[in-house]
Amino acid sequence: MQSRVMLGLTLATLAALPAAAQTAPADVVFNEGAIETSLTGAPGDAAEGAKVMASRAMGNCVACHVVTAMPEASFQGNVGPALDGAAGRWSEAQLRGIVANAKMTFDGTVMPAFYKTEGYIRPGDAYTGKAPTGPLPPILDGTQIENVVAYLMTLKD
Amino acid sequence: MRLRLGRTLITAAAMVVTASSVAHSDAVEGVDLVINEDITLVTRAAPPASLDGALPEILSGWLFREGETRAMEMDDFSNPAMVFVDQGMDMWNKVDGTEGKSCASCHEDISSLKASRASMPKMNEKGDDLWSMENFINNCRTTRMGAEEWKWSGDDMKNMTAAISMAGRGELVHPKIDGAAADWWQKGKDLYYTRFGQLELSCASCHEKNYGHMIRADHLSQGQLSGFPVYRLKDAGLVSIQQRFKGCVRDTRAETFKEGSPEFRALELYVASRGDGLSVEGVGVRP
Ligand code: HEC
Ligand code: HEC
Repeated sequence: MQSRVMLGLTLATLAALPAAAQTAPADVVFNEGAIETSLTGAPGDAAEGAKVMASRAMGNCVACHVVTAMPEASFQGNVGPALDGAAGRWSEAQLRGIVANAKMTFDGTVMPAFYKTEGYIRPGDAYTGKAPTGPLPPILDGTQIENVVAYLMTLKD
Repeated sequence: MRLRLGRTLITAAAMVVTASSVAHSDAVEGVDLVINEDITLVTRAAPPASLDGALPEILSGWLFREGETRAMEMDDFSNPAMVFVDQGMDMWNKVDGTEGKSCASCHEDISSLKASRASMPKMNEKGDDLWSMENFINNCRTTRMGAEEWKWSGDDMKNMTAAISMAGRGELVHPKIDGAAADWWQKGKDLYYTRFGQLELSCASCHEKNYGHMIRADHLSQGQLSGFPVYRLKDAGLVSIQQRFKGCVRDTRAETFKEGSPEFRALELYVASRGDGLSVEGVGVRP
């Protein structure tokens, strides 16, 4: 309860900041699936991005992807392709687009959109199974997306 | 697309071992579910026509479990669910309610309900509603026994559905999907393919497109109902069909439907129909 209130406050604070600070999910511009500029206007932190990818409570990317460089993340899934060498296949802008909303790159993909707040059918309050009590934050915020992108950029062949 | 193609290729050339991720995690090959070294159950079957080519073969959830878990289901002495089946049998014979009746007063031996599990859910006697086994049980309790309803996934209810499923072990799943049930089936099908929640995943995203793959620690099956209610080792207890649905919908970061809701009953009919031709297993064992 307390944490939800806190989250609400954080969002309200974010919303009150000048628009330049973080591109809101609704304002993101996709160019053939890619997002050219950083959502925060700043480069991400790869080490933090690795945490986001491994954590069930955050990105949980390893639920669907193998990342060989991350042996400490247990039980890596294989619903999606291995991310090894991703930076060799995609540009930074393309990776940003895939993480923010992979459906803009892969039509109909099962990969969730991590930076989006509307267009859902029966969205819930995280994993409670209950209806949300207020507007939904994106699954990852702009800083987390940039951190994940920075980590993905380290996955060279 | 890529994933489905991979699987088709492997089926076509079953002997070729590929390095693809599909090969090492698909359903286990070359094993039969023989219970108590006596009863052979159907765990692989040709897809029913109603699936319209959506799956190349239908596969019991048993085929996706580890050897140890599979073995537990193969012997009723090692199947932890049998304690609950026994408790369900006690309730079968127990008089409850104002009419002084037990289930056995009307149905006599539980084998009289042998065909029940394989046909569920189905239209009620009046023909105006689709009922799961839980609805039929509660209807008997309230209108025939003068007893209280049981909670959908309460212990008494799960024990009783387990006992009735055991009585139907080996029957082939074959719910009726035409006539008055046709609209329910269609509604269930629509729900099955709806991408719910903030993760925007449908039942099909996991159980049709990606069965055989790992999603974190879980080996995805086709989400068949033939083993239900199942015993879940993690919970040390039985799990009802709609309790499982609820968990799966919740895991898409969605608002779930309620157990017993029209949505979940429709979905149950549709999912049951996807397993048409598999054996009722009695009570399956899951990790
Ligand atoms: C529910 C499954 C799922 C989750 C969770 C998921 N992905 Fe994906 N991802 C996929 C699938 C499937 C594809 C392949 C695209 C397609 O064909 O649908 C993919 C593709 C990708 C690609 C392109 C792969 C390549 O190398 O060609 C990247 C990069 C990627 N995902 C990163 C991520 C990151 C980062 C996260 C977490 C923040 C994540 N994914 C979470 C399923 C998932
Ligand atoms: C995010 C992935 C995901 C989605 C979406 C999903 N499930 Fe599941 N489901 C699982 C996992 C993981 C399991 C446990 C392993 C297994 O049997 O597949 C499971 C198990 C099941 C089982 C038990 C199978 C058995 O043999 O024990 C059923 C039934 C089921 N799901 C039905 C559904 C239905 C119906 C829906 C849609 C409302 C659905 N699932 C959506 C992940 C999912």
